[in-house]
Order: sequence, then structure tokens, then C-alpha cells
Amino acid sequence: MQVDIITIDGLSFAYQGSEVLHNITCAIKAGDYVGVVGPNGSGKSTLIRCLLGLNRVEQGNISLFGIPQAAFSAWDRIGFLPQGLQLFNPNFPATVEEIVRLGRLAKKRFPRRFNATDAAATAQALELMGITSIKNKLIGELSGGLRQRALLARALVNEPEILILDEPTTALDPETREGFYATLKDLNASKGTTVLLITHDSSTVGLYASKLLYLDKKMIFYGSFKEFCLSSNMTEVFGPQNQHLICHRH
Amino acid sequence: MNLADIIHYAFLQRALLAGTLIAVLCSILGVFLVLRRLSLIGDGLSHVTFGSVALAMLFNFQSVYTTIAAIPCVLLSALGILKITEKARIYGDAAIGIVSSLGIASGILLASLAGGFNVDLFSYLFGNILSISPTELLVTAVLFVVVLLTVAFLYNDLFAITFDEELAATSGIHVDRINAILVLLTALTVVLAMKVVGIMLISALLILPSVSALQLARGFKTAIILSACLGVVSVVGGIFLSFILNLPTGATIIIINFLFFTVAFFARKLLR
Repeated sequence: MQVDIITIDGLSFAYQGSEVLHNITCAIKAGDYVGVVGPNGSGKSTLIRCLLGLNRVEQGNISLFGIPQAAFSAWDRIGFLPQGLQLFNPNFPATVEEIVRLGRLAKKRFPRRFNATDAAATAQALELMGITSIKNKLIGELSGGLRQRALLARALVNEPEILILDEPTTALDPETREGFYATLKDLNASKGTTVLLITHDSSTVGLYASKLLYLDKKMIFYGSFKEFCLSSNMTEVFGPQNQHLICHRH
Repeated sequence: MNLADIIHYAFLQRALLAGTLIAVLCSILGVFLVLRRLSLIGDGLSHVTFGSVALAMLFNFQSVYTTIAAIPCVLLSALGILKITEKARIYGDAAIGIVSSLGIASGILLASLAGGFNVDLFSYLFGNILSISPTELLVTAVLFVVVLLTVAFLYNDLFAITFDEELAATSGIHVDRINAILVLLTALTVVLAMKVVGIMLISALLILPSVSALQLARGFKTAIILSACLGVVSVVGGIFLSFILNLPTGATIIIINFLFFTVAFFARKLLR
């Protein structure tokens, strides 16, 4: 039986008095591949930031692996790939290998020192993402697609049980995007990695995800694609043609 | 007079040793500061140092006590920059500007109360490493060990927050705490560096070796090591050159650093 590894209960969040999330309640089970969709400003990224503790939750509760978010410390169990780095400096002097190895810090306690196990895990993650040959290249020298692969390798270096991705393919060309999603699907199927994928592209999310979480500040829908396709409420929200398109792609 | 003769002077030996220690610290911290777009924090904190030196002059402190007295003032100002950024909802550069101008204004007022700008104050403004005393060398050595050990212990945390704060936070790193430590280490280093290059040029010693290294380095650790090497060579070279040619030491060090940057810049263009 699948267990809940992320539970969100009555989560509301506001930026400077303006509510971005309202009373979100849902549970994500181990092995789920959840597509989080919704229009711009619907609170998708805010939800992820709350899960990761980047936004301090003031109303509602979040639990990760049964532990309240505020007390959670096993960050090696969660891999995170942001849409883009906060202030990415193309002249940053770190190599791909150095960046991927940084992900291992989540397993460390002070003083955080790397050892042979970390080197082996880094080599494995580079291999998994097919980027061993560019491990000595500088991160700023890579194309958008390769940089995202490097950051995905960083997110995967601890073999996390949950992988959270915030619009990871925005800067990628369609071909690279396909390959990227195929890798995620394979991780979910072969290793049972729980995937939480934020995307603004609701029409193609059905190609990859097994569940859909539709947000528009509040939770409009959360469930399997089968439930989505049969839901008359969703027909009202999306219109029959769009609903059919999403279901057809699944 | 050749180099072998010069090296026998005790004051020059002290200058070389202190200069080397401070160059290593400035160059290493500089890499983190430049990449985190905090380059001018050295400038802001050095202006606070000016205020604290003027205060020490007002009370006729000896040179070594002037340095020691500057430490709490600059540490508090460093924390002030962080707090202003956090609480007043302004960017770091504006917070640095506030603290920097407050430091300069306080310095001018205090210097005026102390009877105007005198030779001692000028030696802090423009540096006078050749006058470094054995006690000041000891203080420098102790603080060097403190700062370097802290950086060594926190190296991977500092690397992670320098690359991306949010990714670092999702690795369980306490970003605010590490940021505060980085700024405090910088504050200590600024106090030490005021004798080497002077208050006016401290930020150059923080920025120039690191930006030169960043032109050429292919790896984060390489950048740190290269920056430290360039910093040391520039300081040692600057001390010798200024002594032989009777030039101001601080300014000579900075000009050598600028030459290194120019060479590194063109070397990068050629290597590409």
C-alpha cells in the first residue's frame, strides 16, 4: 500500500497581505508522479517553496515523511530542481562535477567534508544523466539543456525519494524537453521516485504524470487522470475540448 | 642595495609576513564576495574603520589598540548591513552605502574634534605596512588563524551559498547564518588590511586578486588558490618595489594587482 510522504493540510499563504494560496489540502503518495498545473500567478511555485521551507508557512501544516516541515532535516531524501538559478552568473568558476557534488551536502553534518563515497555518488549521478564527458566543463559554459541536466544530476546525487521540479524545461528546445521528461518518467517507473512537476503546460502534462494537481490560488482539482477525465466539474473549468485534449495526451 | 640586504631589515620581515597573511585572507574572501555581488562591502566596512580610527585618535590610543578598537566597531557595522538589508527591505548595496557614509561622516567629525587630520590618520588612510609593530604582527597572525580556520571549516557551505542560496537552503544549509559569518570574517579582514594598503584601498585588495583569478580559473577551488597566489605575489612584490623605488606601499600593491588583472583579462581573451 502506498503511504503518504507529503501531506498538506489547510495551507494558506500570502505575500504582503495578498493571498496566493488558499486552504490547500492534499496528500502525495510514494511513487506518485504529480503534475502541478495552473495559470501564471496561481501559486504553483509558492506551494513548492512552502514545501521546501523557502517560504515560512504561517497558516496550515505541511508534513514531509510524517515530520512537520519546520522540524524536517533529512534534505537528502528530497531533490529539487528550480526553474532557473536565482542570480545565475555565467562566469561562475565551478565545474559540472563540483556543482553535482554540492548536492551531497544534504547528507552531511558540520563540518561538511566530501569523501570517497561522495565522489562515487557524484560519478554515478553524472553517468545517470549522461554528462560524465563534460564533468570538467564550467557550468556557465553549458547550453541551457546541459545545464539543466547537470542540475538534475545534482538533485539526484543522493538518490532522493522525492524529486521536486519547478518548470524545469522552460529554456529547453522541444527535443531536449522530450528527453528530459523521458528521464523523469524512467526514474519514476524504475526507482519509484516520487515526482512533483510544476508546469504551465497543462496540455502535455498528461504524457508524463499519473496525477494532476490543478491550482488557481485554491485547489481546483487533485486526483488521477482518469478522475480528471470523468469529472464534469473539470469540463466546466477547462471546457470539453481542452479536457479532452489533456485526457487524450495521457 | 640588493634583495638579500633588504630582507635583513626586521621591519621589512614583519611587513612581508603580515602582508602575506592579510593577502591570503583578502584574496580568499574576495572570491566569495565578488561572486555574491558583495564586492563593495569591503569599501563600506573600511569607511567604518576610518570612523573607529578617528575615535581611537581622539583618545590617543596606541597603534595596536587602534586596530583592536576597530574590531568591535566594524563587526557591529557588518551585522548592521545585514540587518538593514533584512529589516528595511532594501538591497545590500544601499545598506552598504548607508553604513559606509555613516562611517565616513563619523570619522570626519571625530578627526575634527581630535584637532584635524594628522600624520597617524593619514597612515591609516593610505596604509603604512612598513611601520607594523611586533604586537600588531601577533594580532594579525592570531586573526589570520581564526579567519582561515573558519573558512576552511565552512568552505563547502560558503561554496554552496555562493552558487545559489536557495539550492543551498534545500540542502539543509543555514544560509542566513553562513552569510553573517562571511560578513563578520570580512569585517575582521578589513581591520587587518587597513595597515597594509590603507582604508582607501582595502576594497581593491579584496576585489582585484579574485577578479583576476576568476578570469582564468577552471574550477572553484582553483579560483580560490589562484586568487590567494596572486594576492600574495602582489603584496610581496609591492612591498619590495615600493621600498626600492621609495613609493607608497599600498598604492604600489594595488597597481601591481591591476596589472595582474589586465594580463589575466587579455590571457582569457587569447585562450578562448
